[in-house]
Amino acid sequence: MDSIISVANLVKRFGEFTAVNDISFDVKPGEIFAFLGPNGAGKSTTIKMLTTLLQPTSGTLVLNGHNPVTDPSAVRKSFGIVFQDPSLDDELTAWENMEFHGVIYGVEKSLRRERISQLLKFVDLEDRKNSLVKEFSGGMRRRLEIARGLLHHPKVIFLDEPTLGLDPQTRNHMWSYLQELNKSEGITVFFSTHYMEEADRVAQRIAIIDHGKIVASGTSAELKAQTKKETLEDAFLELTGHEIRDEDAGSIDKMRRMGRMWRGGRR
Amino acid sequence: MKTIYILWLRALKRYIRSRSRIVGSLGQPILFLLALGYGLGSVFQQAGQGNYFNFLAPGIIGMSIIFTAIFSGIELIWDRQFGFLKETLVAPVSRVNIMIGRTLGGATVATLQGLIVFIITLFFGFRPYSWGYVPLLILFMLLVATLFTALGTMVASLLEDMQGFQLIMNFLVMPLFFLSGSLFPLNGLPAVLGAIVKFDPLSYGIDAFRWALLNMSNFGPGVDFAVLATVTIVFVGLGSYFFSKIQV
Repeated sequence: MDSIISVANLVKRFGEFTAVNDISFDVKPGEIFAFLGPNGAGKSTTIKMLTTLLQPTSGTLVLNGHNPVTDPSAVRKSFGIVFQDPSLDDELTAWENMEFHGVIYGVEKSLRRERISQLLKFVDLEDRKNSLVKEFSGGMRRRLEIARGLLHHPKVIFLDEPTLGLDPQTRNHMWSYLQELNKSEGITVFFSTHYMEEADRVAQRIAIIDHGKIVASGTSAELKAQTKKETLEDAFLELTGHEIRDEDAGSIDKMRRMGRMWRGGRR
Repeated sequence: MKTIYILWLRALKRYIRSRSRIVGSLGQPILFLLALGYGLGSVFQQAGQGNYFNFLAPGIIGMSIIFTAIFSGIELIWDRQFGFLKETLVAPVSRVNIMIGRTLGGATVATLQGLIVFIITLFFGFRPYSWGYVPLLILFMLLVATLFTALGTMVASLLEDMQGFQLIMNFLVMPLFFLSGSLFPLNGLPAVLGAIVKFDPLSYGIDAFRWALLNMSNFGPGVDFAVLATVTIVFVGLGSYFFSKIQV
């Protein structure tokens, strides 16, 4: 069968800076695909282009048979996403957040209600459905975001560093949901992470991106064999080097800090 | 249509749930009413201009509307990185509908805020010239609120982060408020100030409020309506355009 995601010669430049430099890869339907790379390697930029939030400078993208540039609406119906930064409405309840998502994705009312109860049960939030999201812990928010991303039955779910800041229990829990869903519904999972053992455990195939280029791809075993290392972490370091990447603190990082202060001050 | 409705509903729910913010945002208008309304009252009276508190009340209603409206527009900066809005940007709905839903939501909230200030002025002894004009007052309030929410959204679409916030406060919101004739009568102004005031859309809003509440108007309600409606259409149009260009 054809690829569900297909990227060819993708380039994204911001002025002089080339964030993504001529990358190509394919993801097969039903695959769990990990996209790894050091800070500033181009992971989030690639995900943003696939999810219609950024326009590529050149190259082609196809997601579920549609082009994000020329047919964003069809692409948007095909995927669900869990962003790196929280995107729930804190002042609304879990149920209302789900309801809003269902309405804007045009899921018809009775079907919407049914799926929301199912999904909330699935992520163990059913008894908290009428609580405001601002009362939720980081792990509960993540679970709710995953449930929300699945509400319109997407073909692909994108997760951009979904387990950042979660404890091992929650992380484990989350991945067992996603693996179960991947098996039962055949949903394609595309995720980025900094936790190598996580990628090693759940990903069926891995691509490593660095300085905007894909430096290696294959199964975890293939990457280890290629670099003659014992662990994926060592293979990763072998491929991307030991040097620490200092990203300039961009405006988003500043806002993230402000956000933390703001939330900390209020609660 | 559903997108517009759900975003409007969201703005309203958020507003109703944030009681502390409602109370907090009433502090400033009350302070203005007390300090200026009573503080300058006797000077105003001696100058033969009548009751300053009554004159000021519509201006302070306008103040609370423009502040609330522009801020709910500006909130977009925050919302698109750390909020529900980012979620809507990847949804299969048109950006124009998102912008309109948000704007109407923000405008409704700003109007409610204006109405609360209106009710507060009643406690201070303010009485409208005729209650029959209150529905028209609300209509003008909605128009002013929509205009400035759209302006806030437009500005927010062009900004990357909250760094420009202080700039907006000092070079947009404050001048719009202080140069609108909310605090002073428009007759007998120095020529330059008089000309500037005519370029401030809020002047027409305040003028319309004074017309509806005090039967007192410089431009006349027809002109007020025409100017406000035109500027609102332009801002909503520009706002939609810039909003549709946002890349996260």
